[in-house]
Amino acid sequence: MAIQAEHELHGRRKSRNVGVGLVLAGFIAIIFGLTVVKVEQIGAVDGFDNANVPGAAVTQ
Amino acid sequence: MADISVHTPEREAEFGDYFALLKPRVMTLVVFTALVGLLVAPVSLHPFVAFCAILFIAVGGGASGALNMWWDADIDAVMKRTARRPVPSGRVSGGEALAIGLALSGFSVLMLGLATNWLAAGLLAFTIFFYAVVYSMWLKRSTPQNIVIGGAAGAFPPMIGWVAATGSVSLESVLMFALIFLWTPPHFWALALFMRSDYDDAGVPMLTVTHGRRSTRRHILAYTAILASFAVWLGFTSAGGPVYLVAAVALNAWFLKGAWEISRRDEDMAEADNFAVEKAFFKFSLLYLFIHFGALLADAALRAGGII
Repeated sequence: MAIQAEHELHGRRKSRNVGVGLVLAGFIAIIFGLTVVKVEQIGAVDGFDNANVPGAAVTQ
Repeated sequence: MADISVHTPEREAEFGDYFALLKPRVMTLVVFTALVGLLVAPVSLHPFVAFCAILFIAVGGGASGALNMWWDADIDAVMKRTARRPVPSGRVSGGEALAIGLALSGFSVLMLGLATNWLAAGLLAFTIFFYAVVYSMWLKRSTPQNIVIGGAAGAFPPMIGWVAATGSVSLESVLMFALIFLWTPPHFWALALFMRSDYDDAGVPMLTVTHGRRSTRRHILAYTAILASFAVWLGFTSAGGPVYLVAAVALNAWFLKGAWEISRRDEDMAEADNFAVEKAFFKFSLLYLFIHFGALLADAALRAGGII
């Protein structure tokens, strides 16, 4: 039979676990949001690792 | 049946106890003044970056609060006002407070630097160092000027907000710093005049004890006079405007009148009306700071709307 006694202590532990969980989730959201904003602010980046580089000579 | 509490001699902390380490009430002032500093700046940040900047400044301020509670647990336990804080009441251990303070300091500075710029991050790091080490560890217990120097830590947030937006420290941000820095001593000394016993019990040298109450009253007037000139000066910079100027002139005239009355009174007069003038001055000082920064925000909104 499972132990069912709920001590008052469990409530406090639960509040800590939920709190830390929410903080971590918030931190992930912030890192993700900042990444999106920062990348958008950089704007379109010309790629030098493909063939579509204007002015680059194509030698074969 | 074994009692589970045998293994936890002190009341185990819940999440709110850790949050209380960050001094949430001080944090509201930090958030408000940093937000104003950021919004009145001539450069506007992406709203999400601005939100993050304010959050990291607030967390950095909270971290310095946790470090202060770790260091000051012994005197907090003696003073009525602070005895129920998490560390002196035994809900959070000193070591935990230290660890949380250090970890959040590192995170907030690093994240502010990544989100905005490293000058703002450096200022935040300096603010935390200043409050935790220079004020809490060094000066609070050794000099009656503790309030004056501690006020500098509370004065940095609007400057950090401004620097986060513009990337440089300019006159406007220095004057916003001066506004809070010079406001702190009259505000706290008025409190010390009518809340007498707490600091004596804890052995914290307050000006009222070391130099006497007569001298404290004169100090309040002197600082208020200097404060008034800086507060009005800010109105003539790019951060100010008509709303701020009108508010600053009116508020400072009223504040000076209160400081003048305090300096004219002696202890018998104060005892007779139960420190009515000192209490009124203290209450007004809260409104004073709030309206000054609110007026800066109003002028920034008018500028953004193209009205001025």
